[in-house]
Amino acid sequence: MARMKFLCDADRCIECNACVTACKNEHEVPWGINRRRVVTINDGLPGERSVSMACMHCTDAPCAAVCPVDCFYTTEDAVVLHSKDTCIGCGYCFYACPFGAPQYPRVGNFGTRGKMDKCTYCAGGPEADMTEAEYVKYGSNRLAEGKLPLCAEMCSTKSLLAGDGDIIADIYRERVVTRGYGSGAWGWRSAYGETVSV
Amino acid sequence: MTIFTKMSRVIAVLALGLFAMIAQPQASQAQDIINPTAESVTEDALMEALNGDAQVQGRVSIPDDLSSGLIKPANRGWADTHGGPVRTVNLIAVVGMIVLLVAFYAIRGKIRIDSGPSSERIQRFSATERFAHWLMAVSFIVLALTGLNLVFGRAVILPVFGEDAFGTLSAWGKIAHNYMGFAFMLGLILSFVYWIAHNIPDKVDMHWLSKGGGLFVKGVHPPAKKFNAGQKGIFWSVTLGGAALSFTGVMLLFPELAGGEAGWQLYQVIHGVVAAILTAIVIAHIYIGSVGMEGAYDAMGSGEVDLNWAKEHHSLWVEEVQGKSSDGTDDGSARPGTQPAE
Repeated sequence: MARMKFLCDADRCIECNACVTACKNEHEVPWGINRRRVVTINDGLPGERSVSMACMHCTDAPCAAVCPVDCFYTTEDAVVLHSKDTCIGCGYCFYACPFGAPQYPRVGNFGTRGKMDKCTYCAGGPEADMTEAEYVKYGSNRLAEGKLPLCAEMCSTKSLLAGDGDIIADIYRERVVTRGYGSGAWGWRSAYGETVSV
Repeated sequence: MTIFTKMSRVIAVLALGLFAMIAQPQASQAQDIINPTAESVTEDALMEALNGDAQVQGRVSIPDDLSSGLIKPANRGWADTHGGPVRTVNLIAVVGMIVLLVAFYAIRGKIRIDSGPSSERIQRFSATERFAHWLMAVSFIVLALTGLNLVFGRAVILPVFGEDAFGTLSAWGKIAHNYMGFAFMLGLILSFVYWIAHNIPDKVDMHWLSKGGGLFVKGVHPPAKKFNAGQKGIFWSVTLGGAALSFTGVMLLFPELAGGEAGWQLYQVIHGVVAAILTAIVIAHIYIGSVGMEGAYDAMGSGEVDLNWAKEHHSLWVEEVQGKSSDGTDDGSARPGTQPAE
């Protein structure tokens, strides 16, 4: 099976936020929740770069390590998913995540956060694939349809890459060699314990 | 061809030639000078500048400041601590204490009243004192069990009850934990006010401790006042540990007060470790106050203890109480009588 990863080629990202919008629309994500976001580093300065970031579907996911109810699981494609039925909204995964991926419908005191929501790599949840129950809780399941995550699929500059880690790393490596520069595979070291060496 | 199209062609050619004249030297210059990534920010450089504890910060267009942190490598450190050492400390503290107590019970057995139960009983704790104790006790037990569920539930309860039941249990447990904390804090304050005067360490405690509290040898009963050194130890453990748990607990409940993610994570680790230690101490306290010692439970149960029990375990306190009542007045009015008006 493939080892699915995201890779954002920041030298191509134009901060159009279409990935964010596509994600929200595809999964009908509630107001206030952003499964994906674009962060601009050194905004307004020479050499600023924008990076599209969501759950990176880590190797040895720290969210899964701290979850008191063990609601996370890793699929055969190495996608990190969770069960909203088991989630108690404690917020631990947010503090464990290196990417700020876990989102909550409410940001309140007394742990009134509600069930955690995060990027599913367009792979749904524990419910049966492509069912109404799955769609309501986790959004659409494109992976089950044989498609890759929408954010990467519709990225206008093909900055955001999704797919098998080895393949997207090769694509990125080729780009860096061809154009002669690259700001790095953002987040890979924190997520996968390795980076794309060129 | 009209004169106009001819003219426009001429203009276009002229313009093109002009553009080429301007652009050509610039293009050759550009290859020498401009490197599009010379000042580009790289992940490597940002990560190196982090010094381990901060985050790669940027700007987001969505109205949520929390999401402006791009990469927070330190969060994995907290995850490793919580999933590793904090769990281990909890395991050692709780299981270790239970093992110790079982061993103690096997060797020493139940500590009996050496001179046998008497027919007389004396008042040890008033109703208000017992209320403070039980308010704290009940809330602490709920807090400890729901807290331990967060640490060990996924390993112990989940395989037995299954995902649905365990999820429901934990969700209710979380609500109970979040609200019972305030009942515990009230009990903590009340017990502190009621008992602080009786819990100042003194010379009697040194002697009591040197005799091991008489816990390990049958028939040995070092003198003690209302609270012996062991009980003072419980008092101060609960007071200080409880204060630490209350403070960190409030910080966890109100994340904005905790001073960012690093602050919250620090309070969470302190909360988990102090809770483990205090739970172990309280397990020992529950043991000695119930199955471990004959007559001990009555003090917090009915509030009246067997006189022989009191003489054995709190000899100085019995002298004090009985001395007052033998001054000629009864218990209640003894106190004002012993205090001169001036």
